Amino acid sequence: MKLTTITFVAGATIASIATADTVAPGDVKFDEYGAVAASLTGVAGDPANGRKVFMNRKKGNCLACHVNDDMSEQSFHGEVGPELNGVGDRWETAELRGIVANAKMMFDGTIMPGFYKDAGFNRTLKKFAGKSILTAQEVEDVVAYISTLKE
Amino acid sequence: MKYNSITAIVAGLVVVSTSAFAGEDSVLTIEGQEFITQAAAPAHMENVDTIYSGWVFRTDETQALEMDDFDNPSFVFVEQAEELFETVDGSAGKACVSCHESPEAFAGLRAKMPRVNDAGELETLPELINGCRTERMGAEAWKWSGGQMSGMLALVGLQSRGDIVDVAIDGAAAPFFEKGKELYYTRVGQLDMSCANCHEDNYGNMIRADHLSQGQINGFPTYRLKNTKLNTIHGRFKGCMKNIRATPFKEGGEEFKALELYVASRANGLMVETPSVRN
Ligand code: HEC
Ligand code: HEC
Ligand code: HEC
Repeated sequence: MKLTTITFVAGATIASIATADTVAPGDVKFDEYGAVAASLTGVAGDPANGRKVFMNRKKGNCLACHVNDDMSEQSFHGEVGPELNGVGDRWETAELRGIVANAKMMFDGTIMPGFYKDAGFNRTLKKFAGKSILTAQEVEDVVAYISTLKE
Repeated sequence: MKYNSITAIVAGLVVVSTSAFAGEDSVLTIEGQEFITQAAAPAHMENVDTIYSGWVFRTDETQALEMDDFDNPSFVFVEQAEELFETVDGSAGKACVSCHESPEAFAGLRAKMPRVNDAGELETLPELINGCRTERMGAEAWKWSGGQMSGMLALVGLQSRGDIVDVAIDGAAAPFFEKGKELYYTRVGQLDMSCANCHEDNYGNMIRADHLSQGQINGFPTYRLKNTKLNTIHGRFKGCMKNIRATPFKEGGEEFKALELYVASRANGLMVETPSVRN
């Protein structure tokens, strides 16, 4: 596989490696249940980085809403969403990818943000306008990480 | 008087409620007066049965700070405002006290704000104060969320502490109420959330380190331990919008004024707690 461009997310330290195969937020194919079968990048997700994105308040901040016993070293776990312990047993990778990319496709009207969505918002702050919360590779990394959460 | 029956309704709800939260049973007394911190929701609220003061959701330590005026850091600012009240400012050579004998003249006012005036305009407390400054004193308007304004808001609001919030939403207020309600339920920002997603659907839940309240404004201005100053209503709205990565509306603008009326009316039945303490 050929790496064609390297984009730096504004202010972020992690460079995301976009390939010719990277699916743009508007082109993600959800099935009727809200799952996304194909990888967004074609590059295998890195669970170690996914774990960091999960807890980072400026990135996934998944811990704001979910309890995750794998991060018991972190003092505050939210309770807005279900506990994610064992979530890797409950869902297929394609379903987890769909949930992280845009949970509203699976859970109608959910409070959970769509992490790979860059349009259709109302009054987004200028510095975030036209951008998705996570990059395609960060979504893959988080999906790889939460797939490891088994009972 | 509806409050006797409300207590019974509330007691019934607690039994069936699945989302009872820590702090729900704490009792707020300030200077010997017991405060109503939970009440039956006003009829216009479709999705909530019981309304709670934000005080209920705070830690024991934060709660204690509001229970004694000597411990409540807001009173430093209230005292500064008492001085300002007597300070001459502007081309007319007047102070507030030249026309208003004492702050006590404003008893009851805070419980009914914001309100629609005879000209059909929605008016908020900062606008009334600035109106006196610019039109009657020949002085400059204070900044919406600046120290002088927030202090004066605390002093004026304190005169209604313990009064039942009773904001009018019908008649001339109806269009503002509807506009505010729409804003409350509209998703905004990159995180794509409405006020209701957090303060109606999830109060009582932790969102990372924060215990979500109903986002009530009956205690404003509020002293926050986080920024060690008095915070105004529109200042707080602005902060919540930025947190969900939305461009806030303008402080004092039509949107926030309508939202203020709507949010204020969601506390109809609670008591004015100005000046409150939060984290
Ligand atoms: C603002 C709160 C919020 C944030 C932030 C959030 N979620 Fe969620 N999440 C929810 C809610 C609520 C649900 C339940 C779905 C619903 O609304 O019915 C959920 C559901 C899920 C589920 C399905 C769980 C199950 O067992 O059914 C997964 C997986 C998930 N979230 C992963 C994540 C990941 C990964 C992140 C960070 C990238 C994240 N969430 C961030 C609120 C949130
Ligand atoms: C030159 C006289 C004058 C001065 C000085 C003045 N006001 Fe007023 N104020 C009025 C009048 C007249 C009204 C409208 C009638 C009323 O409600 O008392 C009013 C109304 C108000 C109201 C609304 C009261 C209500 O119940 O509707 C507030 C609050 C207020 N003034 C605060 C202040 C403050 C704070 C200052 C000093 C910064 C100040 N005023 C200075 C004359 C004055
Ligand atoms: C992501 C969740 C979230 C959203 C969305 C949100 N807020 Fe908040 N808000 C909070 C948190 C967290 C706090 C601090 C803890 C608490 O009181 O809930 C807070 C506090 C407040 C307070 C102070 C309450 C008090 O007792 O002092 C008000 C008022 C408020 N919010 C209003 C709003 C309004 C109006 C909106 C919509 C424009 C809004 N919030 C949107 C999370 C949110």
